[in-house]
Formats: sequence, structure tokens, C-alpha cells
Amino acid sequence: MSSALVISDVTIALGARRLIERLSLTTARGVVTTLMGPSGSGKSTLLAYVCGTLDPAFDASGSVTVDGEDITALPPERRRIGILFQDDLLFPHLSVGGNLSFGLAPRLKGRAARRARIERALAEIDMAGFADRDPATLSGGQRARVALARALLSEPRALLLDEPFSKLDAALKQRFRRFVFDHATAHGLPVLLVTHDPDDAEAAGGPVHVLGGFHDTE
Amino acid sequence: MLRAAPALTLLAFLGPIAGGLIFTILPAFGWLPALGGNEFSLAPWLRLFAAPGIGASIALTIGTGFAATLIAFAGAVLIVAALHDTRVFGRLHGLLAPLLATPHSSIAIGFAFLIAPSGWFARLAAPLAGWDRPPDLPLPQDPWGAAFVVGLTIKELPYLLLMTMAALNQVPWRAQRDVARTLGYRPAAFWLKAVLPQIYAQLRLPIYAVLTYSLSAVDVALILAPNTPAPLSPTVVRWFLDRDLALYFPAAAGACLQLAIAVLAIALWRAGEIAAWRIAGGWIERGGRGALAGTPLAARAVGGAVAGANLLAVAMLIAWSLASSWRFPDIAPAGWTLATWSAQGAELRDPLLTTIAVACTATMLAIALVVACLENERRRHVAPGAAVLWLLYLPLLVPQTAFLFGVQLLLVRLDLDGSLLAVVWSHLLFVLPYVFLSLADPWRALDPRYARTAAALGATQGATLRRVVLPMLLRPLLAAFAVGFAVSVGQYLPTLFAGAGRFATLTTEAVTLSSGGDRRIVAVYAFVQSALPLLVYAGALALPALLWRRRRGLAL
Repeated sequence: MSSALVISDVTIALGARRLIERLSLTTARGVVTTLMGPSGSGKSTLLAYVCGTLDPAFDASGSVTVDGEDITALPPERRRIGILFQDDLLFPHLSVGGNLSFGLAPRLKGRAARRARIERALAEIDMAGFADRDPATLSGGQRARVALARALLSEPRALLLDEPFSKLDAALKQRFRRFVFDHATAHGLPVLLVTHDPDDAEAAGGPVHVLGGFHDTE
Repeated sequence: MLRAAPALTLLAFLGPIAGGLIFTILPAFGWLPALGGNEFSLAPWLRLFAAPGIGASIALTIGTGFAATLIAFAGAVLIVAALHDTRVFGRLHGLLAPLLATPHSSIAIGFAFLIAPSGWFARLAAPLAGWDRPPDLPLPQDPWGAAFVVGLTIKELPYLLLMTMAALNQVPWRAQRDVARTLGYRPAAFWLKAVLPQIYAQLRLPIYAVLTYSLSAVDVALILAPNTPAPLSPTVVRWFLDRDLALYFPAAAGACLQLAIAVLAIALWRAGEIAAWRIAGGWIERGGRGALAGTPLAARAVGGAVAGANLLAVAMLIAWSLASSWRFPDIAPAGWTLATWSAQGAELRDPLLTTIAVACTATMLAIALVVACLENERRRHVAPGAAVLWLLYLPLLVPQTAFLFGVQLLLVRLDLDGSLLAVVWSHLLFVLPYVFLSLADPWRALDPRYARTAAALGATQGATLRRVVLPMLLRPLLAAFAVGFAVSVGQYLPTLFAGAGRFATLTTEAVTLSSGGDRRIVAVYAFVQSALPLLVYAGALALPALLWRRRRGLAL
């Protein structure tokens, strides 16, 4: 089980314009694979394809498998692919705990058990006791950590990162980046990171693919 | 199911209009077997044009309709052009919504209390003019239709102002203003020459809706327009409701004529637009920076007069409903009492409950249809074309008189006339466009990544709608409810026709009582009629603030 997330032969086009041409890449558990490229090179489009949220205006072919299961035809909510965006996108109408329990898989039953699981998740991100807080009252770093915890509580089989560090200031960026990679690796998740910052790629320490004009270098 | 939502909505909505038009046009040419009309003829038209005063009636209709629309549009443009750069402008938005929520007819009734010979203005002037009895003035229903035009304008100007402000949000006018100011343009000149041409296209449909409304309003006309002759729509309605069924044929012809007048008026306005842009093109090119002296003052005067007229109108309703007796030259009633209220309390109950029931049902239905359409659009990533906007505006562009008669005939055939369903449906036609227009922008503006995040966390499409999209859009949903509710409360003709006169609402009662009833009783009905939508509007503001008081991310 070394190649957990496999993207095979993916082509994505918008009308006559080809954004992604026959891209294949595999990411093993606990490995962060970086996809680099300038804006407009189709990086985020590829992540939307993997998530299953690609706008139907695009024509796409190819396949995605996770742990050997082909998920290409599944609706997004059944793929179990977690994603973090540039913004934390915490639901503003829910408390911090509400956001986490939105993510927490429904398999865990019982109010008390779910509440305990959420408290544990908050402790893991050094935010014990924050369950009843309004997300709008948190700092940027805290919000980012809650977003990560929410994604991990949904028990994803792979984690996609759509430039989630680009809006953070330099000091916070380094810390949060380390934090995300450590947690993802600890969960044994294959991680696919999209960025245009070479520092991110270096910190990720995994294989690097470059999109847009260049061909797959691996 | 969801995929069928747009088609279903258009059918629920265009079906009655198309059917109504057909069943208005057929009797206009003599075909109405139920009343013995078995062959096509021009007799209804001959009878229409032989009616006494019909020429004056048509002239009055066209004159007042254009005058009200032109004044409302010019006033709205003046206010935005002169004041867009001031602090007053920022607060205007909050003032407009309550102004728009009150029904036309209740404001018209309050306005009549102001301008009547025994009205409040005459009382103010009495000491100066030496009047101890109401002066002999042809008011409020003056033969030139001036009071009618003013009564329409004080409601339509705020509406066009709101539409202009909404269109303004689509243009980066602040940056353009900074550029224009450094080029030496004064604010008003900049706005008229640089911004208005950019946003006019978005104002077109609202202006056409105002034009159609002003040309064919029935309830406001019954209160403020002259009746010898009356404008076309109230004349035609009177014939339709007449006991002499033979009048049905010329009435249908009159309704068709009303439609033709509205269509031609819109075409004429369009031609006027083209001519105006020709002239304006040269004006803009000459490059005058135009001081346009006095515009801010004029804009404040117009804005103040419109707001003042609305507020005074409501104040009149409150004062009359609480007056014990109020003799002519007195500025204030001799005493205050709740007697009228307690005497009318029991009578008021049924119309109030009917009004609330119809408004809630029609608005909830409209919201359900609009949410289904917008959700379908969100899920399938399809954006509707410009034609859809025209279809949405259709019930507002076709004069009510032109299709509601036919709708009533259809309802009789379907054995649905005078049913609650028919009344709700007829209100839905007018509620739905406004609900759609107030919900579409916030819905489309919601960051699609929230839904994607929810899906990535395992939420199905339905759960995403229920747990993410709807709660996050609670504020615009409630605002849309308040708008739809206010539109329904104000409906006069649809209630009368689809309800076959069997459903008394606050509006039908107030309009009926306004012709010659006791002012204190009329005031009670008209006040409740204007207070109810305001109350719902206040609730729509307060509820999200209360529910989301601990969610700063949703605060405005």
C-alpha cells in the first residue's frame, strides 16, 4: 500500500484550451507531493477534479484511485478526500465545536462521545476549551488550525492543499506548514500540495511536479 | 425534481399570464360563449370608443403615467448624482426599505388626508388664508391628475432610487470618481456623464415596470385620480364589476387597449432613450466639468419632500385612527381615544388574518420555487441568460388589468374562482419576481468553496443546502420574505379578481372604505395595512441579529 493516491492520465480542457495534459502522479501514505506552476496553469482545477467538484464546463478524462479504489465516478461527498483552501472557510454560522462536528464522521454516535472526540481534537491543535467560541473571534492561525482539524475529523483517505499557506504572514506560515505536514504524516495520509511558493515545496520534502509549459520532471 | 424547478416556476408564472391575456383578448373581439358571445366582431371596441369621456380617460392615463415615471426617474437620478459622495447617501439604504414596504394604497390614503380641502395642509394654511371652513378645492381627486401623479411618484421614486443604488454596486465607481475628480469633474457632472451611461441598462426593466404600473394602477387611482373621467384601468375595472354583464365586452376591449398603451409607452420610452443618448453623447464629448449649481440642494429638497410625504401620510393615518373628533381648522384632534380601534377590532380580525395567511403562503411558495431554481443553478453551474430576467419581469411589465380579467375567466372554467388557492396563486405572480430579485445576488455571491468544503467533509448536496447554504443566507432569505410579504399585502386587483370578491384583505377593505367612509375607520385599516409589512421587515432584521448574535462572521 505505498501508492495511496493515484492520478492516472488526467486531461482537463476548457473548450479548445487544454489546462492539464495527460498528467499522472502517485502519492504514497505520509508523503507530501507538491504540484507547482504559475496561476492559470490549472493546479486548482486538478484539485477540483480529484475532489469531484469540477465545474461541468470543463471536459475531463482520466481516473483517480485512493487505496486501490477508483473514485472517479463517485460524488464528492463519498470520495473522502479532504481539502484545505487559501481561506479557512470555517462556517460562520456554527461555533468552533459545531464546525468540527460538521466534519466528524457520523459513524461516531452519541452526543457525549462526539463532544469528547471534538475536545480531544481541539487539545491536539492546542485549542482545548474553544468548542463554544465563535470562529470570527479567533486569530488567523487558530482558524487555520481548526480548518485542518475539521478536515482530519472527517477521516479522509487523502488530503489536498490548495495554497493554504499563501495568505498567512511569514512566521505563522512556517509554523502552520510544519503543523499541517506533521499532522497529515501522523495520520498516514497521502498529501497533494498545490503552490507557487518554492519554500512550500522545499518544506514539504516530497516529490515536486511542475505544471504549465514544463513537462512532468519525475 | 430540482432540474425541473426552473421550468415549473416559469409555468406557474407564465401560464396564468398567457392564459389570462388570451381570455382577455377573445371577449374583446366578441368571443365569450358563456355570455352569448359566439362570433367575432368589433362591437366591443365600438362600444368602448363610444363610451362618454373615453378620449379624456385615455389622455389622462397616458399623461399621468408618463409624468409619474419621468418625475420619479429624474428625481432618483438627481438624488444619486448629487449626493452619491455624501454621508447622507450611506444612510439612505436603511431608510428606503421601510419606505418601500408600505403599500401604495395606504400611503395614497394618508396622502389624501394631507391634501384634501379639509386635510392637514389646508388646516396649516387656514390661519393665513382666513379659512374657517374647508376651501372649495378640487382635491384630492383633481381633474388634471396632479394628486394622482404625486401619489404615484412618492412611492415609485424610492423604488427607482433603490434600483439605482443596487446597479451602482456593479460598477467600480469610487475609483472612477477619483480619476474624474482629478480631471476636474464636479461630482454630479461625473455621475451623469460617466456612471449613468454604465448602469442605465440595469435600470431599464425597473423603469419599464414603473411605467406600466403608473399607466395602469387601479387602487391608487381610486383614491387619488379624478373619476369624471377616470383613467382607463379603474374605468375598465368598474365595467367588469358592473351588474350589467354586457359591459364585459367593452371592458375586455378596454383591457386590451390598456395593454397596447403599455406596450407602446415602453416602445416610446425606448425611442426616447436612444434620442437622449444621441444628445448626451455630444454633451459628454464637449467635456464640460459642469458645476451644475444647486444640485445638492435640489436633491436634498426632493428627497426630503418624498420622505416627508410618506412619513406625514403615515402620521395622518395614526392621528385619524386615534382622534376622538377633529374639526376643520384644528391642527390636532380635540382629543385622543382608542374608541375607533376597539369598535373596529372585531371587524379588523378577519381581513387581517386573511392578509397574513395569503401573504405568508404566497411568499413561502415563492421562496421555495426561487430556492429550488437557484440551487439547481448552483449545482449544475448554469447561469441563466438575460431573457430569463425579462420573463421574471413580465408580470410587472404587463398591466394587471390586461390579464387578470382573463385569469378570472380561466378560474371560473377550472372552478377555482373565489378559492384561496386562486388568490395565493395570483399574489405569487407578483411576489415571485421580487423574491427572486432580492435573493439571486446574495445566493450567487456565496463563496462556492463553502459547499465544496462541506462536500469534502462528507455532506450530501441536500445536507449542504440545509446545513450550510440556507443558514449562511438566513439574512437575505428573511429579507426576501419581508419583501414578498409587503408585495402581497399591497395587492388589490389580484385579490379582488382571483378571489371573486370573496376575500377581504386589509388592502381591499381600506380601498373600498376610502371612498366616502369615516376617516377614522379608514385610517385604522390603512394604518394596519402599512404597519404589518413594516413589522415583518423589522422582524426580518431582528431575527438574524438575535440568532446570530454570537456569530460575528455573519454580522453586517
